[in-house]
Amino acid sequence: MTAPASDGRRTARFRVHRRKAGDTASRYDEFEVAVGPNTTVLDGLVEIRRDKDPSLTLRHSCFHASCGTCGMRVNGQEGLACVTKVGEAAEVTVEPMANLPIVSDLVVAMEPFYECLDPVDRPLIRNSETVPSELPDGIDAYTRYEDCIECGICLSACPIAGSDPLYVGPAAIAAAWRVVEEPRGLAAGPVVRLMDDEQAVWRCHVAWECSEACPSGVDPAGAIARMRRAAIAARARRLFGSGGGA
Amino acid sequence: MAGTLDRERPLAAPEQRRGVGGWFDPRGRRMGGFAFILNRLTGIGLVLYLYLHLVVLSMLARGPDAWDQFVDIALSPPFLALDVLLLVGMLIHGLNGIRVGLIGLGLVASRQRAMFIALMTIAALVALVGALRIFGGE
Repeated sequence: MTAPASDGRRTARFRVHRRKAGDTASRYDEFEVAVGPNTTVLDGLVEIRRDKDPSLTLRHSCFHASCGTCGMRVNGQEGLACVTKVGEAAEVTVEPMANLPIVSDLVVAMEPFYECLDPVDRPLIRNSETVPSELPDGIDAYTRYEDCIECGICLSACPIAGSDPLYVGPAAIAAAWRVVEEPRGLAAGPVVRLMDDEQAVWRCHVAWECSEACPSGVDPAGAIARMRRAAIAARARRLFGSGGGA
Repeated sequence: MAGTLDRERPLAAPEQRRGVGGWFDPRGRRMGGFAFILNRLTGIGLVLYLYLHLVVLSMLARGPDAWDQFVDIALSPPFLALDVLLLVGMLIHGLNGIRVGLIGLGLVASRQRAMFIALMTIAALVALVGALRIFGGE
């Protein structure tokens, strides 16, 4: 790390994962980037692409943690590059998210992630086209799961998704729990039953990394735990003959 | 299980996943992740100990001399250190197992970090007392 200039800017080394289609192995390229106190990892990557290596592939859009497209691993930890500051780090290692197919350099294919969400069939049903003047009591509990930006970071952080490629993953279970908690006219029972599966709630080993890593404050691990309780309750009801719904 | 997900398409090819080796990768992990790693390491250690224990017990079948010889080794400081290590493993795995059971069902889930710190503090204190007793010959 070079000494900071009078304006607080200094040079940081970016180690960037590189792998193009057809490559048999990954490599890491190093770039010296001028950074300031508020420089984000995405700022640095955009500068590298603009000024040093136009072949660097990365995905981004909004620059303010809203679109969820710039999820990656920075120094081994998942985060949105647009809101992850370089800080005081002398070296920043940037890698694509884990557990999803690498398309190129820092970009992963999101289709397998979206396929995990498909079975839940999340409804986007408005009761009204206008926002009510007063929100219902307890709406905060629901909006938490509504906040998911589908960035895939939870899937990358999950150690079980890394070892079991058929695990449906934290985001899908959180989405399912949103339906159960606030069904908006849908039947919650089939959703609970869908998630009562060895590839769903019972595959989680409670590392809690998904909730810790989530940039939107969604709590997928909490959703998994609640869905487990709902699944157990539904089984008990089926077993003792008091209905099959959740 | 009762579900009907029937997922067939994997998330990614094996070389693009962390794999089982990723369970033990501490880079970027937070407290829950470290608890996860500790539980696996201690679990594997306890399984290995179980087999070692069976090997030790099999010495009984070789007669009193073989057993007395083993007891002499078992009372040596390096072996006693292994006893302390076993105690530490049992405490971490057992106490963290209680935490995993509780938060895995959503009970006190919001306190999962505090619970880990509290239980590991208990583990450390009990391990310390145990180590003193083991090396003190009580």
